[in-house]
Amino acid sequence: MQAILALEDGRIFRGLGYGHPGECQGEVVFNTSLTGYQEIATDPSYAGQIVVLTNPQIGNYGTNRADNEAAKPYIEGLIVREFSPIASNWRSEQVTDEYMERYQVPVLAEIDTRALVRHLRTFGAMRGVISTSVSDVDALVAKARAIPKMVGTDLAKVVSTPTIYTMTPEDPRAQLEDPLLSSVLDQTAGERAWRLKVVAYDFGIKLNILRMLCRENCDVTVVPAQTSADDVLALKPDGVFLSNGPGDPEPVDYAVKSIRQMLGRVPIFGICLGHQLTGLALGGKTYKLKFGHHGGNHPVKNYRTGKVEITAHNHNFAVDPDSINPSEVELTHVDLNDNTLEGLRHKSLPLFSVQYHPEAAPGPHDSHYLFRDFRKMMEGWKG
Amino acid sequence: MPRRNDIQKILVIGSGPIIIGQSAEFDYSGTQACKALKQEGFEVVLVNSNPATIMTDPDLADRTYIEPLNHAYVEEIIRIEAEMMPPGAGKFALLPTVGGQTALNLAVDLADSGVLEKYNVELIGAKLEAIKKAEDRLLFKDAMIRIGLEVAKSALVNNLRDGLDFASKLGFPVLIRPSFTLGGSGGGIAYNREELLEILARGLDLSPVHECLIEESILGWKEYELEVMRDLADNVIIICSIENFDPMGVHTGDSITVAPAQTLTDREYQKMRDASLAVMREIGVETGGSNVQFAVNPLDGRMIVIEMNPRVSRSSALASKATGFPIAKIAAKLAVGYTLDEIPNDITRKTPACFEPTIDYVVVKIPKWQFEKFPGADDVLGPQMKSVGEVMAIGRTFKEALMKAWRSLETGKKTGAEVLDPRRLTQMLVTPRPERLGYIRYAFEQAMSVREVARLTRMDPWFLHQLREITLAQAAIARTTPETIGADALRRLKRLGLSDERIATEWKLEGHDGIKQVRELREKLGIKPVFKLVDTCAAEFESMTPYLYSTYDEEDEAPPTDKSKIIILGSGPNRIGQGIEFDYCCCHASFALKEDGFETIMVNCNPETVSTDYDTSDRLYFEPLVLEDVLAIYNHEASSGAKVGVIVQYGGQTPLNLAQRLKAAGVPIVGTQPDSIDLAEDRKQFGKLLDDLKIPQPKGGTATSVEQALAIGEKIGYPVLVRPSFVLGGRAMVIAYDAESVAKYMREAVEYSSDRPVLIDHFLENAIEVDVDALCDSKDVVIAGIMQHIEEAGIHSGDSSCVLPAVSIREETLNVLRAHTRKLALALKVVGLVNLQFAIQKDDKGNDHVYVIEVNPRASRTVPYVSKATGIPLAKVAARLMTGRTLAELLPEQLKSGKDLDVGSHHYVKSPVFPWSKFAGVDTILGPEMKSTGEVMGVAPGFGEAFAKAQLSAGHILPTGGTVFFSVNDHDKQALIDLARRYVNLGFKIVATQGTANSLEGAGMIVERVFKVGEGRPNAVDLIKGERIQLIVNTPEGQSAYFDEKPIRRAAVLARVPTITTLAAAQAAAEGIAAMQIHRTQVNALQTLHRER
Repeated sequence: MQAILALEDGRIFRGLGYGHPGECQGEVVFNTSLTGYQEIATDPSYAGQIVVLTNPQIGNYGTNRADNEAAKPYIEGLIVREFSPIASNWRSEQVTDEYMERYQVPVLAEIDTRALVRHLRTFGAMRGVISTSVSDVDALVAKARAIPKMVGTDLAKVVSTPTIYTMTPEDPRAQLEDPLLSSVLDQTAGERAWRLKVVAYDFGIKLNILRMLCRENCDVTVVPAQTSADDVLALKPDGVFLSNGPGDPEPVDYAVKSIRQMLGRVPIFGICLGHQLTGLALGGKTYKLKFGHHGGNHPVKNYRTGKVEITAHNHNFAVDPDSINPSEVELTHVDLNDNTLEGLRHKSLPLFSVQYHPEAAPGPHDSHYLFRDFRKMMEGWKG
Repeated sequence: MPRRNDIQKILVIGSGPIIIGQSAEFDYSGTQACKALKQEGFEVVLVNSNPATIMTDPDLADRTYIEPLNHAYVEEIIRIEAEMMPPGAGKFALLPTVGGQTALNLAVDLADSGVLEKYNVELIGAKLEAIKKAEDRLLFKDAMIRIGLEVAKSALVNNLRDGLDFASKLGFPVLIRPSFTLGGSGGGIAYNREELLEILARGLDLSPVHECLIEESILGWKEYELEVMRDLADNVIIICSIENFDPMGVHTGDSITVAPAQTLTDREYQKMRDASLAVMREIGVETGGSNVQFAVNPLDGRMIVIEMNPRVSRSSALASKATGFPIAKIAAKLAVGYTLDEIPNDITRKTPACFEPTIDYVVVKIPKWQFEKFPGADDVLGPQMKSVGEVMAIGRTFKEALMKAWRSLETGKKTGAEVLDPRRLTQMLVTPRPERLGYIRYAFEQAMSVREVARLTRMDPWFLHQLREITLAQAAIARTTPETIGADALRRLKRLGLSDERIATEWKLEGHDGIKQVRELREKLGIKPVFKLVDTCAAEFESMTPYLYSTYDEEDEAPPTDKSKIIILGSGPNRIGQGIEFDYCCCHASFALKEDGFETIMVNCNPETVSTDYDTSDRLYFEPLVLEDVLAIYNHEASSGAKVGVIVQYGGQTPLNLAQRLKAAGVPIVGTQPDSIDLAEDRKQFGKLLDDLKIPQPKGGTATSVEQALAIGEKIGYPVLVRPSFVLGGRAMVIAYDAESVAKYMREAVEYSSDRPVLIDHFLENAIEVDVDALCDSKDVVIAGIMQHIEEAGIHSGDSSCVLPAVSIREETLNVLRAHTRKLALALKVVGLVNLQFAIQKDDKGNDHVYVIEVNPRASRTVPYVSKATGIPLAKVAARLMTGRTLAELLPEQLKSGKDLDVGSHHYVKSPVFPWSKFAGVDTILGPEMKSTGEVMGVAPGFGEAFAKAQLSAGHILPTGGTVFFSVNDHDKQALIDLARRYVNLGFKIVATQGTANSLEGAGMIVERVFKVGEGRPNAVDLIKGERIQLIVNTPEGQSAYFDEKPIRRAAVLARVPTITTLAAAQAAAEGIAAMQIHRTQVNALQTLHRER
């Protein structure tokens, strides 16, 4: 099956189509992770985006239910160099091609993905269309140009849960028994004194965040993005978690407002979009990065320990560190590649957030400790 | 944490000679470390016994000691260096982690014995405790259990009974791993009691602490390796993951390996990563690179830690080349205090080295084996490494990388014409051997399923599926023709990594012309490879370093510059006869021509080397040294219109084999022209040239049939030396004593054709052989060195010890050699280096007769050795000659004086190192086919001491007393008398077999008699096993005796009794023993030796 990628600037890549035959559109971004294509595909933060993976061999180990980060893939389309028609791994339940077809994700393969990445690196992330009807190139380019831009788009409310639900450590979805998740660095898991209650705002939350919170012996109540602060506080949580999510943080003003209202009244921990919203709530500004951070190898320096963590990233926007009031807020983490702000902490109130993904999935586990920090913060607050 | 300013001087220990399991990768890591430490302003002192290395170049360290890597000599170096430090100077440190297991063991020894404490030397890079924890299997096992990691069930034993007891508890098969040996030496898999006893006995013996681990078998599990780095601030990063194509049971060094890991989900990979970090911390490797190996049960993912090496290794060299992240260089910087975030990433320059490389291509490594050199050796691959080298290839997909690596191997066999025995298919799939890859392809050709092949090989189905796709695509070629295939289909084939040669073979287009037809078709259809960058970051950031590979993809991102450029063709995988010496030459060409303002471009496919360091040349193409790939590089580089020259004379036989075809394709070769190279190889033309120049050579001829060969043998007289044309390292070369052996050779040993006939020469018995290296610019000649061999003619020059300057050749004979050298170099229009081999035979009147044996108008194996002895970098000078500069300009004084290059007041002895301990049952006799894997150099004022040092470095510890066993052929009996007397005077007792004893007793010596092996007991083997003999002098008696004496030589290898097979060498050994009896441990820095000139 022939397939084509048309970018808004007119650049065309021709290859072969797999997965879902048809068309998809979105902002084209690249991810440099070597492992974890299934986690990437199902990460709701990728809503509205077509992802090109720099690892040229994708699909090798198939797919399985346990590795999903959401109930279904959120990427609009997938672009790879070579797509494996077979799956080889003891955990695999379905060949990747079938999986993508089942969830209607078009896959473009056999193109020069490195050339595409270099193009995006040079000219920035841009809109594009993947199509298996390859004849009318000009129409596809026009279509790409007509895609709404990421800046100014609130995607969080689109992907957020419509209803409240809970996940407890006993829930099989928490996968507490999975030996692959019990890292050797985390031997004290399960020894926590008492159970805490966390309310998690779902702006596109990844399941592994819930799993990590459950591992810290928390019952998690997941609420829709537009839930008011009062409604959340009425649940009497020990802490509030602000999730990752897609799109521009600025239009998510309702959440910014809720965060302001909760500030100082309950311990808060934010990740990714949750971090950006925290930045906005603290009076800061956000901006869009040229081609974003998407990968599992970013060095982030933790100013508090002086150590470098290798971290998973997936963000197109960032908080401008100069916009943050230094007398109130401490900058805790920075990306050593390009000095992007990666974490902050309120100096007097129980609040911290990171731009990157300590829950990994996919990616290194170096920053798992942040969930423990959150627990300690809640314990301390509770007294 | 910044640079440690409290350190002033750092001693780096190298890895010694190239041996199986410890190869050029430690030249790469040592060179990187020395360079990095010097750049940081430390005083660097290096010790290594291997003169063929780049790291022992005098400009890489402040003082370079080419000395034995043993306790006494290194202690002496430490003593001198400590003494040289002025009062109030900074600390003296020792970096033991870049010289393989050799350096690590030596460092442990120096620490344990208190030497380091005595001279106040600090170990950096790895602390003693960490080394011990990682290397001691019991401590390691405890440590792993402590951090919650699984290890295979195992027990340490130090005797056979305990081994048997434990094995019967575990159940067979079991693995045996000796402690503290490298490359898995002495390890094995035992399927029954008998095998266990055999392997365990050998393992206990080889282990310096007489200890072996008996381990539960996890054969067939998947095997992985992670390369890890840690700094003093406890930042830990993974540089690369490597997945083995061959499952557990085959040593990693003998496995085909793939980077990055291909079949792990993120959860599995991260679990492995977490475990690696925990291992680093628990073992306590504070700084530097280590690797951690894992086995994973493919059925349930159960993960076991196999081992970790607290030092840089073969796989860290591979990982460095695979990712562009220079592990050894960074490790050196971490050892002196830097943290990872303080060191920039060389490739991007803007981002720090504290990150994890990500790659957007696939890397495949395939080992190179040479069982053909060791008849009788067991070619089954197991836990003990047997390969002599490796190739690496980079492609955008596994398929492309695998096929590129495969063609990089230079098997010498015609593509697609591998000899496969269908009846052995199952066996060849089940039991790992070098040919397994070929049989897997054959299995798919025979329509076996992936599932079936996976069941037999226990390889991951994903890899097998890739191979099947390639096989089916290749088989489909035959259903097309060059006319019908079309651009799209041909491009698809090229994207699978299929070479023009394979495609030509499927189309039945024969020979080089057939390959050319495919190339031309391809070019006509616009199907050309593009070149992409290895950049550590999958293009996320801009790359500043042109480290390139070819692929059939869309975008080329490495446009050529318009600077004048020189392409240097490397020597490919390390192998016996073509090793690190050639890499040394290639690097030197690059260094010199860079200085002269050329853009230097290196092409090579050997990941172990310095030449494939992205730092060595202006551009690096990590590509197969095959015409197709080399031409693509040339065309790419020449497309800018810039002036391009190609050097073919530095990479051994590999580029020479391409020279004529490159020239025919319009590629300008610089230096000696391919026609001259061919002339020197062409029997008839070269014979005519020698006649014209009136230079004698042994009588000989060429044959393309058995009849012809026998006629020549008859004409020139036996014994004769027979060999094929165009080979290096004496491949398939034998001495035949009669017509029968010649006939057998012609029938069985080699393939020959009219353009590649078999060469037959009269063999000069009892002649002295001499190697001459010379420089020539087509007008003038400078003789670089005349090396006298210590073994007689007939033993391959690479296997013979030799000495500079010559010690027992008359001046007038040397002058004859010089005159012949000059005449021949000029006649062959040599521009660059030339190597000549002569034999000097004495007649009855004592007159010397000089014969030319061969002339090689190319860099020789001895170039680095002569360069180190003379202090003149021959390869640099010769590279400059190739670009048009002259000897009159570069070596004016030496040219004017007409003398050989000066070696000063010392003797420099080069000795070979052999892989006997790796190949049980193989005869250790030397002959015209080269068997040594590496070399060492001994330096001393006197010849004897230099020889003794070289022997010591080569692992032959000459005894200073005890008993010598003599068994010599009739021819040598007369000459033995004086020699034996010398040994008696040195205080040795003598044991001899009947004939030899008779002649010695006749001369009045007291001799203990012993039976020959076939005669009765006790025989020589019994005495060796009973540790009654400390030195063996055994000169074989023609071909039949080779077999009778083989058990003696084998027993000697096992008992590590030095065995000498020529009287000349026995004479040298006596000199050496005399020197050793004075108990002198004197060391010399090269820089000091060179300064005295």
